[in-house]
Amino acid sequence: MSKTVEEKKEVTIVFAGDSGDGIQLTGTQFTNTNALFGNDVSTFPNYPAEIRAPQGTLAGVSGFQLQFGSVEVSTPGDVCDVLVAMNAAAFKVNLPRLKKSGTVIVNTDGFNARNLKLAEYDTNPLEDGTLNDFRTIPIDVSKMTRMALVDSGLGKKEVDRSRNMFVLGFLYYMYNRDMKATENFIREKFKKSPELVDANLKVLKAGYNFADTSETFTSRYNVKAAQLKSGEYRNIMGNQATALGLIAASKKASRDLFYGSYPITPASDILHELAKHKNFGVKTFQAEDEIAAICTVIGASFGGQLGVTASSGPGIALKGEAIGLGVMLELPMVVINVQRGGPSTGLPTKTEQSDLLQAFYGRNGEAPMPILAASSPSDCFATIFEACRIAIEHMTPVFFLSDGYIANGSEPWKFPKSADLRAIQSRDWNPDENAEYQPYLRNLDLVRSWVTPGTPGGEHRIGGLEKEDVSGDVSYDPDNHEKMVNIRREKVEKIANTIPLQEVNHGAESGDVLMLSWGSTYGVVKTAVKEAYDKGIQVGHVHLRHLSPFPKNLADLISKFKKVIIPEMNQGQLLKIIRAEFLIDAQGLNKVKGIPFTAEEILNRIEKEVG
Amino acid sequence: MKTADQNGQLTAKDFSTDQDVRWCPGCGDYSILKQVQSIMPEIGRKKEDIVFISGIGCSSRFPYYMDTYGMHSIHGRATAIASGLKSSRPDLSVWVITGDGDALSIGGNHLIHMLRRNFDLNVLLFNNEIYGLTKGQYSPTSPEGKVTKSTPIGSIDHPFNPLKLCLGADATFVARTMDRDPKHQREILLKGSQHVGTSMIEIYQNCNVFNDGAFEIFTDKQSKAEETLMLEDGQPLVFGAENDKGIRLDGGQPTIVSLNDYSKDDLWIHNEKDKFKAQLLTSFFDNPSVEGHLPRPFGVFYIEDRYRYEDAMAEQLEFAKEQKGEGDLDAILRGRNVWKVEA
Ligand code: SF4
Repeated sequence: MSKTVEEKKEVTIVFAGDSGDGIQLTGTQFTNTNALFGNDVSTFPNYPAEIRAPQGTLAGVSGFQLQFGSVEVSTPGDVCDVLVAMNAAAFKVNLPRLKKSGTVIVNTDGFNARNLKLAEYDTNPLEDGTLNDFRTIPIDVSKMTRMALVDSGLGKKEVDRSRNMFVLGFLYYMYNRDMKATENFIREKFKKSPELVDANLKVLKAGYNFADTSETFTSRYNVKAAQLKSGEYRNIMGNQATALGLIAASKKASRDLFYGSYPITPASDILHELAKHKNFGVKTFQAEDEIAAICTVIGASFGGQLGVTASSGPGIALKGEAIGLGVMLELPMVVINVQRGGPSTGLPTKTEQSDLLQAFYGRNGEAPMPILAASSPSDCFATIFEACRIAIEHMTPVFFLSDGYIANGSEPWKFPKSADLRAIQSRDWNPDENAEYQPYLRNLDLVRSWVTPGTPGGEHRIGGLEKEDVSGDVSYDPDNHEKMVNIRREKVEKIANTIPLQEVNHGAESGDVLMLSWGSTYGVVKTAVKEAYDKGIQVGHVHLRHLSPFPKNLADLISKFKKVIIPEMNQGQLLKIIRAEFLIDAQGLNKVKGIPFTAEEILNRIEKEVG
Repeated sequence: MKTADQNGQLTAKDFSTDQDVRWCPGCGDYSILKQVQSIMPEIGRKKEDIVFISGIGCSSRFPYYMDTYGMHSIHGRATAIASGLKSSRPDLSVWVITGDGDALSIGGNHLIHMLRRNFDLNVLLFNNEIYGLTKGQYSPTSPEGKVTKSTPIGSIDHPFNPLKLCLGADATFVARTMDRDPKHQREILLKGSQHVGTSMIEIYQNCNVFNDGAFEIFTDKQSKAEETLMLEDGQPLVFGAENDKGIRLDGGQPTIVSLNDYSKDDLWIHNEKDKFKAQLLTSFFDNPSVEGHLPRPFGVFYIEDRYRYEDAMAEQLEFAKEQKGEGDLDAILRGRNVWKVEA
């Protein structure tokens, strides 16, 4: 039957099913296809808390949310237009996100008595009126997939594993998308077993054709390409962008990258990505524990390489003492914290911003460090590159903060050309100027030189004990200690001279309310501020990449607003710092649920402040 | 500052620094420092290519006294730091200085993992069976019943047998020597420096302040010959004041025999390459006050040639370059799926 075509500016879809249903893959494919088509996209994978939760249970639900549009898209969407649920549990967990009159595509086969019991349903929601307010497209995906593959000779298990392709094909038809990219992906992924290539392609087409011929829905949707800035784009995930940024920095600094880390959610994908790029001279070292990971990095950095370690909150806690050694040694290294819900093991697969104070103060003694935070998946690239620059050019360990939401989310990225990336220049020792090498002799920025083993005449000893200014010899002198504490602080403060002045990112340059944010809240705050500003509210958005030191003009910017609101996925950590630093009555907007803010929550607060 | 292309031109003095040595007078550490400095010109490495890395403890001040590159790090982590340094800079000669608390207690995990990875570096474990720097608590090698400040009624910890532990972690060079025998120490240090792989050298070191005489029975002229067994590759296990005793393997059981009853040919012949016998030898760990105890072995227990982590790592990098070509930054920044937005 013929279908009408409806134009849409933006669409939010949630794919949900068992962790074995290939939900992440389906979501990623749909995202890539839309991105390649030219939509702006933003994604949010929501992994199950238990990797091996029993099939069909609420704990085992894996979700993938994406928003794509012909307009600028800064978040994965507050509420969704379409929910694709592969079983009753996935349906139950995600239904609250579906907007009124939204569309539900359900795999009816996932709603048998057993599924309903596992999802803790007394009655079948497909039949008891639960769906009255929604548009429902029921499909027996299992049956359709088995029919499509009846002659394939594959076992039932393998046949069922390609069910996700049926759904994907169905949606490609619904949203009028070309399937080529996914077809190529299937050929590549299963290139070792041609029968699986055939099966997946077949099911994908079957889904597409089913959508075309069945009368399950009447109108197709058209989401035009977005008006992004001209240039070349690719889609990128946060952890991937972090890995690429490290490789780029290593190239631009002409220092090999040494990455020592211990597996931990949600940081491990950086290790996986880097391990693929050994042809760049990248050394990945999977250490025996978190402490060894940072210590191998200290060793590599002493040896003259760009040393980087990554973890999440619990691992960062373990690394604290060694990071302090890095501060004392004044060696360049980058410590990545992909934050997750805490404290303790907390919520490993959920997102939070509650390790900011840990980055500021999580070491013994006065141990100041520069701290940077990425604002979005693609921003990880530029931010980690900057973190590496500061580490090398200022001889200091640097914290780079990301979080689960950024790490696994993806968006289009207008990738740079390598020639456009700046060179990173370490401070070397010039024996002509100072014949006797003095490890703690500094330049005007208080930066010491990086002389590494193998350099004749540069033999020196460094260590965790307090050292005498200039010579680096062990010193217990009280005045010297205070002097060195001051020097280490001032060295970090002076970095402010090398970073860009802060801009008002969106909205008003002065006025009633300033939304001051950092990290992964960027997209939602931007969306809310723009909306409020369009409504005539005098609200501005300042988003910080540099948290230590702050950009030099921050006090100035803040002073131009009557109220300062700091939205954070914690209980007010940047808030404490800002209040202490600038002695202002800033207020927090806090959410600690393991899930990001919605733009609506931010907007409500802005309106309340001026209301 | 003197540097030389040929280490042959350097002497032990060229490796000492202007720092005052801060160990207690009479400490066994002095003798070790002296021997290490004395072998440096002989190990065939340039001074600037030598790095000493230590953790925390009395012995860990060592790097300050060596005019090479050095790092005095944090408690227990010298092994991990050295692992990172050696992975990234296989060209360097790396020496880890550690103690029984540093290596076997707080740093136990890093020690075993470093050993299984078999980096080409040297570990000198100063074992004094006590915590000296913190002024006298029992350590993981202190014997049961040891009375210290933290164990006034005696330690109830069963002690580690360090070399057995190291062999259990698949160390490829395992040796023991003592501070009071400079000649033996020198010989073992040199042998260790020549081993390609991790050479694990335990050095019995007297802490004359907090644990004086812990090893006296092995080092004292009166008892040394009866209580120690000096291992030499290819030689029978003979000991005793009159060289009149030997060790025989009696159905897998090491037994002390008199050379009046047996000839040397009947004895256990030491073979540094024999892992099973090395395991038996590290088990020669009896309390010397027990009747019929075995003598304590000194020397090289075991040597194995096994691949080094850093070599394998470098090979993988080379392999990746062969397979994919030298990394092209623009290519990975682009990725595989690019679209263009026209102005
Ligand atoms: S406390 Fe013991 S080990 Fe430490 S320096 Fe003094 S004698 Fe040597």
